[in-house]
Amino acid sequence: MKKRKFLLFFAVIASFSMVLAACGTSNDKEADKGSEKGESTDYSAAIVTDEGGVDDKSFNQSSWEGLKAWGEEHGLSKGNGFDYAQSSDESDYLPNLTRMTKEGYDLIFGVGFLLQDSITKVAKQNPETNYAIVDTVVEAPNVASLTFAEHEGSFLAGVAAAMKTKTNKLGFIGGVDSDLINKFEAGFVAGAKSVNPAIEIDIQYVGNFSSAADGKLIATRMYNDDADIIYHAAGAAGNGVFAQAKDIKQNDPERDIWVIGVDRDQHEEGKIGDHNVTFTSMVKRVDLSVQKVSNMGLEGDFPGGKILEFGLSDDGVFLAKTNEDAITDEIVSAVDDWKEKIIKGDVDVPQTRDELKTFEESL
Amino acid sequence: MNSNKWFNILVPIISVFIGILAGAIIMLGFGYNPIQGYVALFNGAFGDPYFFGETIRQTTPYILTGLAIAFAFRTGLFNIGAEGQVIVGWLAAVWIGTTVEAPMIIHIPLALIVAALAGAIWGFIPGVLKARLGVHEVIVTIMMNYIALYSANAIIRNVLTNNADKTEMIAPSASLASEWLEGLTYFSRMHYGILIALFAAMIMWFIIERTNIGYELKSVGYNQHASKYAGMSVKRNIVLAMVISGAFAGLAGSMEGLGTYGNMTVSSGFSNIGFDGIAVALLGANSAIGVVLAAFLFGALKVGALNMPTQAGVPNELVDIIIALIIFFVASSYIIRWIILRFKKEGK
Repeated sequence: MKKRKFLLFFAVIASFSMVLAACGTSNDKEADKGSEKGESTDYSAAIVTDEGGVDDKSFNQSSWEGLKAWGEEHGLSKGNGFDYAQSSDESDYLPNLTRMTKEGYDLIFGVGFLLQDSITKVAKQNPETNYAIVDTVVEAPNVASLTFAEHEGSFLAGVAAAMKTKTNKLGFIGGVDSDLINKFEAGFVAGAKSVNPAIEIDIQYVGNFSSAADGKLIATRMYNDDADIIYHAAGAAGNGVFAQAKDIKQNDPERDIWVIGVDRDQHEEGKIGDHNVTFTSMVKRVDLSVQKVSNMGLEGDFPGGKILEFGLSDDGVFLAKTNEDAITDEIVSAVDDWKEKIIKGDVDVPQTRDELKTFEESL
Repeated sequence: MNSNKWFNILVPIISVFIGILAGAIIMLGFGYNPIQGYVALFNGAFGDPYFFGETIRQTTPYILTGLAIAFAFRTGLFNIGAEGQVIVGWLAAVWIGTTVEAPMIIHIPLALIVAALAGAIWGFIPGVLKARLGVHEVIVTIMMNYIALYSANAIIRNVLTNNADKTEMIAPSASLASEWLEGLTYFSRMHYGILIALFAAMIMWFIIERTNIGYELKSVGYNQHASKYAGMSVKRNIVLAMVISGAFAGLAGSMEGLGTYGNMTVSSGFSNIGFDGIAVALLGANSAIGVVLAAFLFGALKVGALNMPTQAGVPNELVDIIIALIIFFVASSYIIRWIILRFKKEGK
């Protein structure tokens, strides 16, 4: 009796799997045909995200928005002309890039410096396909490197913060201690010290880009130590900084507490009642860069092997002026002055801690 | 005995199929075609040489962490610390790979041995604490995971590099990667580590089934008191089981360090290779051959899932749910075992 039941169950399962297998082959062929058709007629582009995913409220999302805008502009739709692949951890980068390559995309973006090694490898293996990497540099004839002058934008944030502070103490919270985030740090410190060489800046790194709890803890300490403006370059961990600033503001509405946001205009994040703790944001237009490079590729003018830096002069980075109550006309005009100086080349903004040292000595 | 064997094979197979079925229902419920979804999954894992190579690549460390956990299980220990042991093994392998200069025939075995030793030490500490002081190994191993993660990050930053976020690439003489395999599989990262993993599975089988040590370890797992009464040293066997378990997990780390990546990156979270190893061991019924097959399934799921959003349009979040469901039913094979046993009783 029991054996029969088993056998029956087995038979059902076996037939089910056969159905699956049979469907497999036929569908497969159709799918192949589809993608081949797509390739021959149109230019196509795709992005591969890092661990953040396309809805990280930061640069992954921004690049996807840029690619979407580009696709819609040229009458393409998701999966047909442009698409994304999400990575959930380090081991996914290379398979995702290779898969997009095999799908026949003409241009593939790797979003974030974490994908540097993988882009280097995949670009060498597939010299026919074009790649682009955001936030870092890969030297290969078929890779365009999209970098941003974060140090320049951060410099302006430092200028604004130094003018705004009442305690003469600022905070900087970074995500992971790396070359990229050091650019933010160096620029910010340089900007603040240019306005007031005696200003104190408290610097600490979270160790990752994801732990809002740790971000909040560090922010609590900094605000308790009398810092009144914190600039964060910590991705999602920076949300903890906003949370702490809002907590303080709620308990003591008279106290002046500010956060400077990063990557996108984080005005929304700082709202609490009638107040807004977001002083300004250092906005980085990753979306524009993705759009621009996709267009260059489409026109057959792909900047392979080149480093494109998006800076203050082309609004690749800028300081948001959304919170008009906080960022006064006086500050705005000072920021604009410094911006002019940087664009003209009168000020050479430091990008590393070593350069920052020489910069501070020259003040 | 014979029916028992059948039973052990049947339960995991049924649990996998129920998992797949549940995933199909979820896809149907959200308006996606489950057949297309699974076809995309299948193609993403075996569809062409590249994906097949990647599946093997992913399977390799899974075999070793699965063995690690299964080995401890056999002695009645729950080694949650495979994750930490993977990290220290990875770090040790990369350390040897980047700093030592030696011909390949010495360099690779040296790196592997040091990685296994590092993992063994990481297993030794909770083993001793459990044997001497009766501290529960689950708590200690969980804590050891964090110690491993953050210590490794600190060592990469301050000792192996000058505050960079990843180490140098290992010397070619320490690399398990092979151009021949890469060429065969269109540049996948498949490497010779799979042979080491399969060899490790044979060793595990041999130790458990064919040696006195294995007999004692199993005996301690079945009944500590009886083993003690029979004159075995329970304490020694607990420590030994954790050490061997840790060595397997350390080897898993070296697969990543010497094979897949060739370096180590500062990471903010766990790689999950060790945690997935728990499910692999469970599905594999803690036997060497079972672990190899289960690891292969998990490797295929992990690599194939990446293809589902692109080819079948199933969103990533749903893919995660489906994969989790499959793992859930796989891990809950005890429920299935129980149900079948009930059926059996009624039949009688």
